This record gives sequence, structure tokens and C-alpha cells, in this order.
Amino acid sequence: MKQGNPKNITRRAFVGAAVAATAVASTATFAQGAPIKIGLSIAQTGGLGAGGKAALLGLQMWRDDVNAKGGILGRKVELIVYDDQSNPATTPGIYTKLLDVDKVDLLIAPYGTNPTAPIMPLVKQRGLLLMGNFSFEVNERIQHDMWFNNAPWNDSVTWFSGFMEMGMKRGAKTIAFLAADAEFSQSLATGAKNLAKHNGLKTVYDQKYPPNTNEFSSMIRSIKASKPDVVFIASYPSESVAIVRAVNEIGVGSTVKLIGGGMVGLQFGPIMESLGSQLNGFVNYTSYAPEKTVEFPGLKDFLSRYAVKAKVEKVDPLGFYLPPFNYAIGQMLEAAIVATKGLDQKALAKYMRDTEHKTIVGPIKYQRNGEWANARVMMVQFTGLKDKDMEQFRQPGKQVILSPAPYKSGELKFPYEKARN
Amino acid sequence: MFSWDLLIGALVFGLLLGCFYAAVSIGLSLSFGLLDVPHIAHPSFLVAGAYATWWLAGFGWDPILAGLFLAPVFFVLGVVMYRLYYAMFEKHGSDAGLRGLAFFFGVAFIIEVCLILVFGVDQRLVEAVYIGKSIDFTDDLRIPMRLLVAFAAALLLTIGLTLYLGKTYMGRAIKAVAQDQIALSLMGADPVKVKQWAFGIATAVTAIAGALLIIIGPVDPQLGRIYIGRTFCVVVLAGLGSMSGTLVAGLILGVAETIVLTFFGASWAPAVAFGLLLVMLGVRPQGLFGR
Repeated sequence: MKQGNPKNITRRAFVGAAVAATAVASTATFAQGAPIKIGLSIAQTGGLGAGGKAALLGLQMWRDDVNAKGGILGRKVELIVYDDQSNPATTPGIYTKLLDVDKVDLLIAPYGTNPTAPIMPLVKQRGLLLMGNFSFEVNERIQHDMWFNNAPWNDSVTWFSGFMEMGMKRGAKTIAFLAADAEFSQSLATGAKNLAKHNGLKTVYDQKYPPNTNEFSSMIRSIKASKPDVVFIASYPSESVAIVRAVNEIGVGSTVKLIGGGMVGLQFGPIMESLGSQLNGFVNYTSYAPEKTVEFPGLKDFLSRYAVKAKVEKVDPLGFYLPPFNYAIGQMLEAAIVATKGLDQKALAKYMRDTEHKTIVGPIKYQRNGEWANARVMMVQFTGLKDKDMEQFRQPGKQVILSPAPYKSGELKFPYEKARN
Repeated sequence: MFSWDLLIGALVFGLLLGCFYAAVSIGLSLSFGLLDVPHIAHPSFLVAGAYATWWLAGFGWDPILAGLFLAPVFFVLGVVMYRLYYAMFEKHGSDAGLRGLAFFFGVAFIIEVCLILVFGVDQRLVEAVYIGKSIDFTDDLRIPMRLLVAFAAALLLTIGLTLYLGKTYMGRAIKAVAQDQIALSLMGADPVKVKQWAFGIATAVTAIAGALLIIIGPVDPQLGRIYIGRTFCVVVLAGLGSMSGTLVAGLILGVAETIVLTFFGASWAPAVAFGLLLVMLGVRPQGLFGR
């Protein structure tokens, strides 16, 4: 049996190994290059903290999914996240740090309108792509052409018209407005008032209150005294809870055909569970309800995976409202980076503008203002709810979709006093 | 839009809300008003009491009962807190007030962060037979039962503390230490022990007031920040250390806020507390019932 020269074999093996190692190393360098840094601030404390934590979990799930596949263009994704404490005053500083110190490649906006509005001038000035995160009309005045919001609404018309039409179909002639004195709720209420006036609805009560008010008995009494047909409320989570309670205690009168519309917080699992039967009869906006008329590829799988993680992270166990839409932000960014083969902000923005995006929350196409071309603000009526039962909210028939028409799953029960029982 | 119905309603709701303000301020009246401890963490203790109540309510406890059960636990907490404050600041000199302010500011933040870590950032609510229901006097005047519960609890707290401070040996010692602690020590009593006892009572009261806080509305770990202004306003308006004054000041604030809110707009309501405070400091700096 012929034996080779061990010395020669070693030399050949060495050269071969060196060549192979170089090839592997270059591949590895490509696959494990510097991570793509995506920066954002998102409320982890304060009034928006509960929503912000759930939203961040959705985004982290996308990051983990992408990294498990090897990253994007061979680069892992890294999220750099700061808590803005639900405080708009903190966000300009945080985003400046993300850009100048952390040197992030891409930006996602904070959750909510109030913390997002202050950073809009900064991103426009620097010509940066910004993915919006459930804010409302923040680009109305700035007109930044690299802004893309993940929220399924557009302007106050797309939000309020479904609610208003339901009232008008039932003979409503008068309306009352109750709105927090904050960016989101005032923008929404102002648009709603204009639309109501345009459609001949007479405003009989119009009140704005300071954010974090927690006692609404007197305001609900005043609304009751003004005998409106429709009550439109634009409020933040803690206020929404206090309003629902006060309405159940004081009553709003027999004239009211529908009440609700723009109450943030009534989409969060823990709040819905706590209020239980007190929610019956309220009509409010949401981004998703588990009705049979709503089916998007990948959404159910996401929600079941989310539920497991949410239990560990102690965040909203349902996760209907924000988490899937945050996952969708990641999906859109991933598709844009792959399609443009890089991180050029202008190229990414052009892709975002020109493409219909396939996401777990359905197809998204953007208008020039960076909002959804086909807005779908779901107005749902809470019905048949019991107390202390989180699981009931996973069942169809508890949040009946009244509009928009393609997703409609039932009819409005009215007047409110009858619907609540 | 004025109507007599609205005015009567505003007065009734103002009185009920005022009692609640008195209940959440009365502990501060004891710690800040009588003991001169700059207890800026008082509202954070209220929120901690509210969360502890929520935790016990999860086992089926009534919130008021939970508040009463927690009071002794908070008493011990208060005693420990005062010992710390005394050992670190009061014992060492005359600038204890300013340094103590920083200390209690830090304590407030620590409580907030601990609540976030333990309970998360979600808002918490409790359920009880008297929450979400009302007593209907007329169709236009329905009074939420939770406000009536807060009203009754505030009255009982005020009466109880007034009797305790006026009729018991330790109560009189607390009043004495507020007036002249050197004289008290010359009579053989230990002012530090009296003060730690008083601070314990002030903290125990926050457990009950915390239960009322979560009965009135949802709580989140940072809710205490909103109550800093209101509670200090009530205590200063009352006159430092006056228990009955605290009730009266709470009622004035509650009625003024509700009337302003009903007839002039809700946005003006938060300005009422500080407006009243400014007027009082200008006209009668020692407060309504001040020493």
C-alpha cells in the first residue's frame, strides 16, 4: 500500500486549508458584517407604556425571525431602543442621540402622536426615512416625503366618517365632543368637528380636558344635560377607563345613539378585561378584531406566537392592536432593503412609496402623505361581555365590526342605554 | 350653559371629590404639616398602597378591607423610613430639610421603578360591588357609589385622626413634638420615637388612601406625580398640621374644581389648586387653620 509523503500532504493540506479558510472567512465577513442598526424610542413607562411594551415585543419578534434566517443581505438586525416615558419632550434628544452617537442606519418613530410630532422637523431636515408607529396626522403640516405610517388610518375623515355615518343613518342631529387637550385627540376632534358641521350635525357640547384627568362625573353630567344624539370621545388610556366608568355610573341619557369613537386604551387586553361588561354598548375604533370577516395571511400564527411571549414579558396578552403592525414595520423595511440592496434612505423611501407591501396585517399601499391609501379604521361595538374574562376577547362576536363595509360583521345596537344591557 | 341642576350636581360632586382629596392629603398633613418632614414621596406611597390593594383584590379581597389590612404593614414601613431619614439627615444638622427633600424625591423614584418592575406599566383597576354603580336620587342626579365610599372613608379618617391627636397620650405627644421638641425631651419623652411613631401613622394612612385612589380610578406607577401638587396644596391651604383643616381645604378644592370644570371648562380645573394656593399664601400665609 503506497504511502504518501506526510510532509507533502501537510503542505498541500495547509495550502488547501488556507484557500478554503479565506473563502469561508470572506463569506462569513459578508454574512456577519456590521449589524443593521434600527433606532427608536418607544414608551415603556407612562401613559403609553402598556401599549409601547406590547408594540416593542412585536418588533423584537420580527428582529428575531429575521436574524434566525441569517439577517438581511447577510447582516443581522440590531434594535437600539430607548424609553421616552410617553413624554414628547424627551424624543428630540433621543433621536439626535440615535443619529449622532449610536449612528443608527434606520429610524422608526415612537409609538403615538404626541411623542412623534416633535421629531418630524429633525427627520425632514436631515432627509431621513421614518417609519411611523400609530401616530395621527403628524405629517400634515411637515409634509415629509420619506414618512410612512404603519397605522391603518389616514386623516380625521377616514377615522370619523364611519362613526358619524352610523349615527346619521339612525337619525342623529346633534353631537357632543369630549377630547383630551393633547396633540392626537385635538387633531382628531378638530377634524371630526369640521366633518360633523359639514354634514349638518349640530354640536351641543364641546369640552377639552387636561390629560390624565381621572374623574369625569361632572363632564358626563354636562353631556347628559345637553341631550346629544352622538357622543364622540378622543381620550388616552387612563382617561378612557375613567370615562367608561363614569358613563356606566351617571348614564348619558336616552337620546344617545352611539358613544365612543376615538378612545385609546379600549384596545389593550388588561384594560378590556378590567372593564368587562362596562364596555358593552360602546363603539370605538380599533386596528383588528378577531371576527370571521378579518383574515390576513400570517396574522393568526403571529398572534399565537405573541401570546406565548407576552405571558413571559408580562405585556398585553391579546396584542391585537399594536404588535402585528409593529411586526409589519419590520416586514416592510426588510423588503425595501432587499429590493434596493442597501440602506440608501432615498432609494428605500422610493420603494416604500411605489410598492404595495405584503404584511401580516394585510396589503399596505401608501399615499403621497405617507399614510395608508386604503385606510381601514375599524369601528367595533362591544357586546355580550362578561366581567373578569380575558379569553372572551379572543372569540368572535364580542367586538362586532360595524365599519368599514368589507370587514363588517354585525349591526349597530342602539340606543346606547339599550345596547349596554 | 347654566342650569340649577348642573350647579347642584357640581356642588354635590365637588363635596364628594373634596373628601377624596382630603383623604389622600391627610397623611401628608401629619408628616409635613406636623413633623416638618419634606415628604415629597407621599403620593408615591399612595400609589404603592393602591398597587398593594390591587394585589390583595386579586385574591378576592374588598379594596377597603385590603387598605385596612395593609395599614399596619405601611406603619412599619413608615417607621423604618423615618429612622433612615433621621439617621441620614435630621440628626446631622439644620439643612436636613433640603437634603431630605432630595432624599424623598429619590425614594419616590425608587418606588415608581419598583412598581414598574414588579407590576409592569399596565394600568390597574379593582372591582367591588360599589364600583361602576350609582345611587339614583333622580334621573339627573346619580351619585357614583365609589365617591360615596371615598367620602365616608375620608370623614372617618379625619375624625379618627383628630380624636387620636387630641385625646390620646401619644397623639398629644405628636402635637407637642410639632410645637417644641426640646421642651418635650426635657419632660422625659424621646422626640425621635414620637416622630417615628407619627411618621408610621402618616404612612399607614397612605395605605387606606391608596385603596381609595384605586377605587376612584385606574392607577399606573407614575400616577403619584399628578398628586404632588394637589396634596401639598390641600395641606398648605388647610394650615400645616390641621386635620379638620385638611378636610375643609379638600372640600374647598373639590367644589372649586368641579364648579370651574362644569361652567368654565375642564382645562381650567388644574389651575384652581394653584390659584387657591397663591391667594391663600398672599392673604393668610398660615393657612385656614394654621398654627
